[in-house]
Amino acid sequence: MSDDVATDAGAASDRRVGIVVVSHSARIAEGVIELAEQMAPSTRLVAAGGTADGGVGTDFDRVSAALVSADEGAGVVVLCDLGSAVLTADTALDLLDEEHRERVRIADAPIVEGAVAAAVESESGSALDSVLRAAESASGTSSDPTPRADTASGDGGGPLGRTRQGRSESSEPSPGRLSTTTVLVNRAGLHARPAAEFVKLAATFDARVTVNGVDARSLLRIMALGLTEGSEVEITAEGPEASAALTGLVGLVDSGMGETSPS
Amino acid sequence: MALGAAWARAWVVYGAQAIADNRAELVGLDRDIGDGDHGENLDRGFSAVLPKVEELAADASPADVLKTVATTLISTVGGASGPLLGTAYLKASGAVAGKDELDGAALVDLLAAARDGIVLRGKAEPGDKTMVDAWTPAVDAARAAAEAGEPEAAVLEAAATAAAGGAAATEPLVARKGRASYLGERAVGHRDPGAQSSALLLRAAADAAAQ
Repeated sequence: MSDDVATDAGAASDRRVGIVVVSHSARIAEGVIELAEQMAPSTRLVAAGGTADGGVGTDFDRVSAALVSADEGAGVVVLCDLGSAVLTADTALDLLDEEHRERVRIADAPIVEGAVAAAVESESGSALDSVLRAAESASGTSSDPTPRADTASGDGGGPLGRTRQGRSESSEPSPGRLSTTTVLVNRAGLHARPAAEFVKLAATFDARVTVNGVDARSLLRIMALGLTEGSEVEITAEGPEASAALTGLVGLVDSGMGETSPS
Repeated sequence: MALGAAWARAWVVYGAQAIADNRAELVGLDRDIGDGDHGENLDRGFSAVLPKVEELAADASPADVLKTVATTLISTVGGASGPLLGTAYLKASGAVAGKDELDGAALVDLLAAARDGIVLRGKAEPGDKTMVDAWTPAVDAARAAAEAGEPEAAVLEAAATAAAGGAAATEPLVARKGRASYLGERAVGHRDPGAQSSALLLRAAADAAAQ
């Protein structure tokens, strides 16, 4: 195992990137961690919310301690809520010892979506910069580089909790791109936890994978498809391991992604 | 007469007193356009600063005093003003490191470093309706006074007067940083609490030099 994990280009590693959530409210920070934890049980997730006396605000010492305790050696991505949480995190970062400081990144991302996306990316063993990118690309579906018709109106709202039918944009089929369509069996639809299973498995293949036209590495964009039970799921894969990816992912979807359907 | 550690300590005491005396006013200003905790937070911070500065060794330098203020404010003020003012005092400390006596030019360096620290941390510019609007005219006035050969106390007096003017001048502004920026036009007509508390602290610096 490499000792230089922080700069490792991304292969799975035993040491995962830690996530710190800084909020004015202890309950917000803990709640975000609770949500992210469900999808990233092996990732070190640390809440740093509220003041030392239990009030609303941010606590420098608490944030500083969280930055250190979240770091397994692979670095830390920090999610913040309102302005002064960012200021406190910035200040804590400035005053951190050099060894830790160089592998802490403060994400410019919405706190809930960013933390969930970062946690899932970290869980799949990605390196620091990939985890940061996952958080920062979680700003919503409207910035999707391949916009779908149903988001073209460009609403800037959060992507969670919508019920939309995703649309497959079958562009020109390129040679070497494989595609299979199956049907979602999960009674609760493609919600966060099964979607995370899908993203994690997709990340293990050397292939570019899409789900109904959406990048399979993006948990939030997959969730924003709002796929419900019985929805068609079109998976495409391109690259050296396209065939294995397709087989594995279709198998995962057909299995209910770890959820038993008692219907 | 150049100012030393005794002045820095007196600045802390006067500053803490000014914040305590004006706590209710700061709370009121912050309630108008923020979250209402500015007076409480700063009062808690400076109350914690006082014993820390008293604990310092008798031969502590001005930079030591300022650094103690910085680290204590950063740790004890729950809102944005902790990191902002903490960074200001930290940079001010760095600007006068190794000096036991501060002349006019050194005071200008101190004030400019403090202002630059706030700008660095908060990324606010003049006119954003923040504490930068008190510090920037203060630095400019202090520099003009020092370059005119004014004594140290007059340099700080010029800074304090300009800061008070700068704080008052935030009233007609729309906030572009901080919690008040969520209010848009509704912040117009209210003085920025951070600019006001900075003006109080700069007034305390001048009063400490005049004693």
